[in-house]
Amino acid sequence: MKYTLPSTPDSYAVAVADDFAAGGAGVPVLDVDNASRSYPGEPPVQALREVNLTIGQGELVGIVGPSGSGKTTLLQLMGTLDRPTGGRVQITGLDVATMADNDLSYLRATRIGFIFQQFFLAEHATVLDNVADGLLYAGVPLKQRRQRALDALDLVGLAQRPHARPTQLSGGERQRVAIARALVGHPAIVLADEPTGNLDQATGQSILALIDQLHQAGSTLVVITHDHIIAERMPRKVEILDGHIVADTGPAAPDDCRLRPSASFVQPPVSGHHSAFSIADDPS
Amino acid sequence: MTATAGRKPLQLSDLARLSSVGLGTRKLRAELSALGIAIGVAAIVAVLGLSASSQAGLLNEINQLGTNLLTVSNGQSFTGGAVELPTTAPAMIGRIPGVHQVQTTGTVSGANAYRNPYIPAPATNALTVQAASLSLLPVVATTVAQGHYLNAATAQEPVTVLGAGAAQRLGIDRIFPGERIWVGGQWLYIAGILKPAVLAPAIDSSVLVGYPAASKYLGFDGHPSTIYVRAENDRVNRVDDLLAATANPENPNQVNVSQPSSALVAQADAKSALNGLFLGLGAVALLVGAVGVANIMIISVLERRSEIGLRRALGASRRHVAEQFLAEALLLSALGGVAGTVIGGAATAMYALSQHWSVVIPAMAFYGGIGAALLIGAIAGLYPSMRAARLSPTEALRTV
Ligand SMILES: Nc1ncnc2c1ncn2[C@@H]1O[C@H](COP(=O)(O)OP(=O)(O)O)[C@@H](O)[C@H]1O
Ligand SMILES: [Mg+2]
Repeated sequence: MKYTLPSTPDSYAVAVADDFAAGGAGVPVLDVDNASRSYPGEPPVQALREVNLTIGQGELVGIVGPSGSGKTTLLQLMGTLDRPTGGRVQITGLDVATMADNDLSYLRATRIGFIFQQFFLAEHATVLDNVADGLLYAGVPLKQRRQRALDALDLVGLAQRPHARPTQLSGGERQRVAIARALVGHPAIVLADEPTGNLDQATGQSILALIDQLHQAGSTLVVITHDHIIAERMPRKVEILDGHIVADTGPAAPDDCRLRPSASFVQPPVSGHHSAFSIADDPS
Repeated sequence: MTATAGRKPLQLSDLARLSSVGLGTRKLRAELSALGIAIGVAAIVAVLGLSASSQAGLLNEINQLGTNLLTVSNGQSFTGGAVELPTTAPAMIGRIPGVHQVQTTGTVSGANAYRNPYIPAPATNALTVQAASLSLLPVVATTVAQGHYLNAATAQEPVTVLGAGAAQRLGIDRIFPGERIWVGGQWLYIAGILKPAVLAPAIDSSVLVGYPAASKYLGFDGHPSTIYVRAENDRVNRVDDLLAATANPENPNQVNVSQPSSALVAQADAKSALNGLFLGLGAVALLVGAVGVANIMIISVLERRSEIGLRRALGASRRHVAEQFLAEALLLSALGGVAGTVIGGAATAMYALSQHWSVVIPAMAFYGGIGAALLIGAIAGLYPSMRAARLSPTEALRTV
């Protein structure tokens, strides 16, 4: 397959806008087609078996499953950090199998954002530079990287502390920095692996609220969790068990694409009524 | 066309920033391993600097003694016997244009010097007895350490002046009034002791007497054996060419002409060969430093797996990762190299100044030190950076 990636970030932004202007009418952002991943061993570990998953632009997808069910493996395939041992993975129409390692890293630099449970921030660099590093490998000059990092920090509500060190921040704030780093390059898709896994309940809620806000602003996000309560709140929920997708609610209807409110916010819980959810409720 | 045909490597400023942050994260460890490189480089710079400075000091000393001294001495005949210089030679040489001073010594054959008559005859201490002309000292660039040199009066009398080495070997370090030594069956009174004559070492081991006294008391035949000639600085070579034929027109081949300063310069040059040993030690220190750098870099790759994984996730290619770690090793050893050069230079300067030498640090030491450090950084960083690059993103991100 013939593919092209523009060489400058600006033309990249234009290209992404062109690709997805039709809002799903064009290529899906992510297409996992019958993908498997087995790890060599005696016997080999079949971490994923014939997984099918298509994610369109602007979706917010929760992938839920117990520990060891293959969630991280799936995220790594979707993020081109790993290649499937069977089947096909396409990101914005580009087939991972046809691309060299160097091309895949450029694809990650320009089209994929990652959020990890452990944040992975550089403690000796400022918050601003941690975020700016999200653009380092896309070839953006330092000055622009920092300017755009400021914008991204604004987006996650940390614009007033660009020169703090990660060690001076709370866990929730650190995850916000990591989210800003994932977003700073305006990726086509953001992949989050247990983003609230290291956070207490309330802080986790605020991070989910931020994710909802980003989703509302148009970002395409995949959130992996082992927590059914969190997955339940996603507009689209995919369940994974033993490397199989066992349930997929499918793309959400346009009027049902908000993050549903947390059960603890709902009174009474049995009513099923969607209370007005405000992202201003930020306990972190 | 491939997607990444236009993909740029990291800018130098980005690499510098990444590697200084990387090293800053592990400051103490980085400092210690840079210290290894610094010690090696300092040793090499100091060895090269000290040998150049001591050489410069020596050359300076030689220049102060004068490079315009030429010596003419009697050579050997074909049959092996000494060929005497004609007694007219000094006067003839004095007439060569450009010669401004001529002084002589003449070996008194058969005469030995002893502390007293009871010393057994074979214990000559390898001293020679020489008749010496009266203005010898300024020409051979020495002075008296004690007492007086010979003058027109004492040159007639049984009076001697001892070369620095001769006095030492006779066990005389101070002159008492009336002190004498036993020379050629005769008591000679000691008038003075000389300082070392660097340009004319033969004088150091000599017992000097006046020409008239040598003939009168010691049976000296009057032939000069060494003629010391000072020429005008810009005519030294021309005078040199004429000396042999002028000194002994009949047998110019049997005359030895030499320029003591050039022999000393050659010696000073040869001395630097000894530094090979110390350079070798410096190289060993550098090697140890290299092992230190390789070690810290490998540990760093193991410890920073998740950073590597994160950077791969942010879009770093294998090459970007390799470059980052290589740049870090280079920065580490460059810092060590600069510190070592400064330390080695300072040590050289301190020692040279204490010896009153001029401080000379050859450019070779300077660039060589930093160059060697960089080379070592590159070699030591190569394997760790390749290991970092080979790490797959998923492996790097895996948390145990
Ligand atoms: N590198 C690997 N080598 C061997 N087995 C692996 C490797 N990575 C994951 N696995 C196995 O694959 C299965 C799925 O793992 P993972 O995707 O991490 O699950 P989850 O993220 O849902 O907890 C597990 O059984 C795990 O032990
Ligand atoms: Mg996992």
